[in-house]
Amino acid sequence: MSDDKNQHPEEQILMEGDPDTTGHVWDGIKEFNNPLPRWWLWTFYATCAWGLLYTILYPAWPLLDRATPGILGYSTRAIVAEDIAEFDAMNAPIREQIEQVELAAITPADNPDLYNYAIQGGSAIFATWCSQCHGSGAAGAVGYPNLLDDDWLWGGSIDEIHYTISHGIRNEDDPSAHYSEMTAFDEILSDEEIASVVQYVLNISGQEHDATLAGAGETVYLDNCASCHLDDGSGDRFLGAPNLTDAIWLYGGDEAALEETVRYSRFGVMPPWSADASGAGRLSEAEVRSVSVYVHSLGGGE
Amino acid sequence: MSATEEPTKLYAAREPVFPKRVSGTFRNLKWIVMIITLGIYYVTPWIRWDRGPALPDQAVLIDMANRRFFFFWIEIWPHEFYFVAGLLIMAGLGLFLFTSALGRVWCGYSCPQTVWTDLFFAVERWIEGDRNARLRLWKADWDTKKIRLRITKYLAWLLIAIATGGAWVFYFADAPTLLVDLVTGQAPFIAYSTIGILTATTFVFGGFMREQVCIYMCPWPRIQAAMMDEHTITVAYRDWRGEPRGKGKAREDLGDCIDCNACVNVCPVGIDIRDGQQLECITCALCIDACDDIMAKVGKERGLIDYLALTDEENERAGNEKVNIWKHIFRPRTILYTTLWSAIGVALVVLLFIRSEIDVTVAPVRNPQFVTMSDGAIRNTYDLRLRNMSHSDTTFHISLTSDEVLQVGLEGTELLTVDVPADTLHLQRVYVIARPGTDAADGDRTDFRFWVEDLQSDARTFQDTTFIGRDVQ
Repeated sequence: MSDDKNQHPEEQILMEGDPDTTGHVWDGIKEFNNPLPRWWLWTFYATCAWGLLYTILYPAWPLLDRATPGILGYSTRAIVAEDIAEFDAMNAPIREQIEQVELAAITPADNPDLYNYAIQGGSAIFATWCSQCHGSGAAGAVGYPNLLDDDWLWGGSIDEIHYTISHGIRNEDDPSAHYSEMTAFDEILSDEEIASVVQYVLNISGQEHDATLAGAGETVYLDNCASCHLDDGSGDRFLGAPNLTDAIWLYGGDEAALEETVRYSRFGVMPPWSADASGAGRLSEAEVRSVSVYVHSLGGGE
Repeated sequence: MSATEEPTKLYAAREPVFPKRVSGTFRNLKWIVMIITLGIYYVTPWIRWDRGPALPDQAVLIDMANRRFFFFWIEIWPHEFYFVAGLLIMAGLGLFLFTSALGRVWCGYSCPQTVWTDLFFAVERWIEGDRNARLRLWKADWDTKKIRLRITKYLAWLLIAIATGGAWVFYFADAPTLLVDLVTGQAPFIAYSTIGILTATTFVFGGFMREQVCIYMCPWPRIQAAMMDEHTITVAYRDWRGEPRGKGKAREDLGDCIDCNACVNVCPVGIDIRDGQQLECITCALCIDACDDIMAKVGKERGLIDYLALTDEENERAGNEKVNIWKHIFRPRTILYTTLWSAIGVALVVLLFIRSEIDVTVAPVRNPQFVTMSDGAIRNTYDLRLRNMSHSDTTFHISLTSDEVLQVGLEGTELLTVDVPADTLHLQRVYVIARPGTDAADGDRTDFRFWVEDLQSDARTFQDTTFIGRDVQ
């Protein structure tokens, strides 16, 4: 099998008049050593020059705590700040309108542009300032109300939502904040009374309960709880006293959670958000109004 | 081993090419293709098409701002982008078909680089004269005549280049309005910068880079090599008939080639086709025209240079009958490509005719998965994107069908209808509620179907989706 043709294929393949080759041969295919086009070389030099010039003009070389600034003074941060200022200026008229129009009139039918702006802006404000407690989908958590359902502690009309967001709840920063305080009955009621009133609340909310205890609990309820939660347990929005007969529970509606609430009370706090109305908040009136419209649109608005 | 005495140069300057004027069958074909392709390119944006007052009256328009593509009576919305994908697949298969059957016919006739370079050659020839005159001018010292001719040529090229860059932007905006804006300086910066870039590339690629683009920049010649086989038609030289070449009257020992170099002189990429198939050859077939002309003059049969397949060489060298060109073209491979190409084309046309003028997409809001209402009902939320693609305002009625008992309600209205103006998309939040105690409320997942009915046209469409109950896993 020692065939010269197989051992030295390149010797066989190179022919008279062929261009110079690199000497590489694969399966009889030779690699010609043709010169590259000269403009290609110039293009390469041009890109080198461009690269150098760029690093002189623009921020480029990393230093210990920053990059070289470049002699043009270019800064993406400054451009973003400019863009923000530009959009703020563009939005100024519509923000002014939002502050002037009655809240109830900001609807898709009456003021579609205002409504659209409020919803878009409100969702961004909600994501920035509200979602930490109420969740990104506004579904809340234990102790933080779900804003999607049809149950409201302090009222679900657009104006009531606006007031709550402006002033907050049980905070010390805004004297106009909603305020109420449930009594902790641990020291006031006996263990039996507490157990019976818990069974009574389970009863009126339509859950499984001990009928005997619940019967006894009714008296305890009417004596201690009805002043805020009302005789039928439907709650009082003026006091932020929750409805005890429905399926929605801020701190849980089972026996253990109810007992803890009765014994030690609850004291949920929400900060004030309006900078204009309370001086304690972070949001402008237009922003508070936008986020109010947004929350009102989430499915529970009244 | 090829040991070279002198070190090889790594880089070489471009050898300028001065193609000679030629006339003949393929040159005429190239003129026709050039007129048609350039005509389509420059004229299309100016064709008007009445679509009523609310919509643009430009026949072909890519409306980026409103995310619409208008093509005469066809209107493509973003969610129908599969039409564009289908067209791209057809373009790909079409290139496979033409390359496997006819080699680099795309490169030779219809590639924009070829068409515009050809146009620039024509202008150059018209201003500076034919091959010999241009060669002389190139070698001549810079005098007033040379400067005058060069400036005239560059100005003519520049006008074509500006028209080329300019025509491009008219596809993206109302052409008459944009033209006025461009002239008065009111057009957006992107229009000017696009025209500037395309003008520069047209001028440089058509006037100076020319065959360098095909040889060094374009990936297509490399890809094409993988699609060609021994039956693919390419431009080739019948060396068995032409060799040994030679000039002169005494032709007893010579072939048909009289070594007149006509084929070399007309070549736009500056090669000699008699050296065999080369990467540089774009199969423009101008050498066939040039050689046929000479063969006619010396009284020989045409086709010394001709469209040939690789198998023809073996066949004809053996002295067999010439194979009909159609036998090379019709073979399983090209028939398969044609079938696939047509199938996709037919499918697209059918899709175009059966598509509805209304459309809905349903995005379930799953943050949270469900909401418990105060009466214990379970509510799911869905974002419905309602598209009214007809040219008249209409009202959509939203309903659902399900094996379970579910109620539907719309955000912001007590009704189950929503007005959607002509040619718009309306985003509607929809609530679906399962009463307390129902299987849907207490269960895991319930499938149901949203129905959207166009109350004007009675057209209906649906989307299937899922309701999530409180017992979701």
